[in-house]
Amino acid sequence: MVGVPALVALTLLLAGLGGVGLVAIALGRFPGVARCAVYGLSAALCAAMAGIAGVFLLDPASDTQTLELPFGIPTVGAHLRLDPLSAFFLMLIGGIGALCSIYGESYGRHDSEPLRILPFYPVFLAGMGLVTLADDVFVFLLAWELMSLASWLMVLGGKRDGITLQAAYLYLLMAMGGTLALVGAFALMSSESESYVFSTFRAQTFPSLTASAVIVLTVIGAGAKAGFVPLHVWLPRAHPVAPSHVSALMSGVMTKIALYGLIRVGFDLVGLPEGWWGGLLLVVGGVTAVAGLLYAMVQTDLKETLAYSTIKNVGIIAIGLGLALAFRAYGLHVLAGVALIAALFHILNHALFKSLLFLGAGAVVQATGTRNIEQMGGLGRRMPATAAFFFIGSVAISALPPFNGFVSEWLTFQALLGGVALPVWTLRLATPVVAALVALSAALAAMAFVRLYGVVFLGRPRDPAAARARDVGIGMLGPMAILAGACLVLGIVPLGGLVVLRPVMIELLPRSGAALAASDVLTLVPLAASGSAYSGVLLVGVLLVLGLGALGVVRVLAGRACVRRGPAWDCGFPSDDPSAQYSAASFAQPVRRVLGGLVFGIRDVVTMPPPGSMRAAVHKVTLDDRLWKGLYARLGWGVHRLAVEADRARQMTIRHYLMIMFGLTLALLFLVAVTA
Amino acid sequence: MIFALPLEPATLADIAQALSVGVMLCGFWMLLQRRLVNVVRTYAAQAFLLALAAAWQAYVQDERQLLTTAVIILVAKALIVPAVLNRIIVKLDLRRSVATSVGFGRGLVGAMGLVGFSMLLVFPVTTTSGALTRETLAMALSVVFLGFWMIITRNRAISQVIALMALENGVLLAVVGVKGMPLVVEMITAVLVLLTFMVFGIFFFHIRTRFDSLDVRNLERVHIIPWLRSS
Repeated sequence: MVGVPALVALTLLLAGLGGVGLVAIALGRFPGVARCAVYGLSAALCAAMAGIAGVFLLDPASDTQTLELPFGIPTVGAHLRLDPLSAFFLMLIGGIGALCSIYGESYGRHDSEPLRILPFYPVFLAGMGLVTLADDVFVFLLAWELMSLASWLMVLGGKRDGITLQAAYLYLLMAMGGTLALVGAFALMSSESESYVFSTFRAQTFPSLTASAVIVLTVIGAGAKAGFVPLHVWLPRAHPVAPSHVSALMSGVMTKIALYGLIRVGFDLVGLPEGWWGGLLLVVGGVTAVAGLLYAMVQTDLKETLAYSTIKNVGIIAIGLGLALAFRAYGLHVLAGVALIAALFHILNHALFKSLLFLGAGAVVQATGTRNIEQMGGLGRRMPATAAFFFIGSVAISALPPFNGFVSEWLTFQALLGGVALPVWTLRLATPVVAALVALSAALAAMAFVRLYGVVFLGRPRDPAAARARDVGIGMLGPMAILAGACLVLGIVPLGGLVVLRPVMIELLPRSGAALAASDVLTLVPLAASGSAYSGVLLVGVLLVLGLGALGVVRVLAGRACVRRGPAWDCGFPSDDPSAQYSAASFAQPVRRVLGGLVFGIRDVVTMPPPGSMRAAVHKVTLDDRLWKGLYARLGWGVHRLAVEADRARQMTIRHYLMIMFGLTLALLFLVAVTA
Repeated sequence: MIFALPLEPATLADIAQALSVGVMLCGFWMLLQRRLVNVVRTYAAQAFLLALAAAWQAYVQDERQLLTTAVIILVAKALIVPAVLNRIIVKLDLRRSVATSVGFGRGLVGAMGLVGFSMLLVFPVTTTSGALTRETLAMALSVVFLGFWMIITRNRAISQVIALMALENGVLLAVVGVKGMPLVVEMITAVLVLLTFMVFGIFFFHIRTRFDSLDVRNLERVHIIPWLRSS
């Protein structure tokens, strides 16, 4: 690097991003100028951030850097630190942030109230960046809250309606609750080490009970932000109502920053893990992975479906992290490295394809004016470019080769298969179960995205708005194209991701150097001994040869008659009405039938009219979310009861107050007498 | 000593103790009264005993300023305050029974429990002090507790004011009973000023008695004079 250390440059860039928020306010009278300025500057600063972080990560000579700023809590100051882990996440924020900023410039053009979003957008990016650089409790929590509040304001800024308000309120409550849990975790570490600085935590060995409590609190705190079931309820409501480029950042990057918090605490700060921590994450991850997609299957809101699929992917990452912790706890360092790489790779991949899908969804929503997929259809003809990119995203997220989603899920499987090496029978039994859950979730993901892509882009338009849809401009297609390209490249040449991830792995698990060491440009080899390997290049080659070969054979055998036109199958209903098409609800029907009653409490009730009656038969589907009813509704009821009781205490007579005072005095005196 | 009495030191302590026990018993007696006039009389008796106790302490501790205290207590608390209270009772026609929220029997049992508690409390805490101080403190704390108990168990504001002043008698008992307490006279004068305000504050206490609440909105709904009469 030239003169200025990377950390200083990154800090200045983050401060610059914060300043861009002020620019938006200063230019408030000229919304068009403000939009160009904010998104342009954000894109430039984010790109610079990604570049610097990338150079830091790839340069073998670079060393961890620290910086102490003279503000923050008196006598503590503000500590910043740049290491490979934070550089990786900064790269993610910078890269996706830059693309989303470019997209947002075009997307926000039709926004009637741009100032409800513009000032908070760069602050949100800066907050996420600062979380990764924080090296003391104060800076970390400040940045965490900055990120939460800025994104909350943007959720609130989406539209002026009841659903938005409700979603934002729920998000705020959950974010505050999560932060409270994190404050608890940091307070435990601080009181044990009598310091607020992370470097002291690193040097400290925490007692087993403290460390376990810290991990549980962190899983709750970070999990509430990342969307672990059952703390996910806010995510599918809040993510979709924000503007699409913000949804992309929230779903693609902010959930990852939450997981960064978990990695930072679990792998870096609390010291050596205990076996059951990994088990906890495995179970949470497995449940999250399957539940997220089951919910995704029955949604009819395009962006909400994507948000539920985010929950699934967070579950997969949690499984990878849990495995890494478990392997590390029992000294299986190389396997731990594989699991950690799998988790980090999935973080990278999910950030890429989920942002791509949300940006694509934004284009669709802007073109059709609705988020309800039952009103779409046939958009593949009207918006070919968006359809192509959305297709790539769908294939990638369904973990199909040769795209990047396959690589990281395959690596997660490799790590899960290594679970037999664990010396504890509970974990040894848990890994195959979790592997089955991952497999189920992968299958469900494929199903959900077939449904999503099919209903949105294939068939015929179900609504006049969808029939009039036009493809979006280059400003929105460009970022999607880059993301789609990245999905393909990482799928074919996974080494591209590996060179970035290995330094992080070596930093967090210093003795795991052998993991994936045998990989080269052509093949990905998780463990030299196991013999399993993945070669994207080979796969693409085989696919191409087979595909072209089949085409050639058909051409040769069928001659000129290889294209034949015939009537499409109409399910036995010869109706030309678009509403007779296979709909999103039809696709979801099998899953709903099999698992709906168990998971969502869905009931299908068909009321047939008596014979002879002219009344129409009624098919009614009722859904009551068991989790919401069982957990959140009760919690809300409890809080309400407490409030009512507290209100009663507020209206007591003066004699009751005196009685309470007197009773308390007596109790305190009694304490004195007992202790004396 | 100003003048020597032919008494043993143990006897001196016994007399001091007897006086403080008398103050405490007056507190009990007050709880037993069913008529407001008698409550005021008992209060006057308590204040008189307190004045005696202060004077006795002045003799025992050889502190002349405690004599001043005794005189202030005698004049203000045993004579003027009861007279003023009697006038209020007559003027507002309050010579009816005290209204209690807890029955006399249960009230007495509670009071006994409180006295026992104050003994149990003071004895272990003050193991380093002399026997006289400890017993006086125990009595004083009992009187404070009894005063508080009376505030809680009485409904009428005027009984609560009397109870508050009885409680204050307990504080004074502690102050005069402990050796070497500085600024006793000044403190007692200040407390008296405070109490004067309390007695004037009886008017506001009436609002609470009447409505069992501090909500001033109630005042908007009623005429002042009738409710003053009726309580």
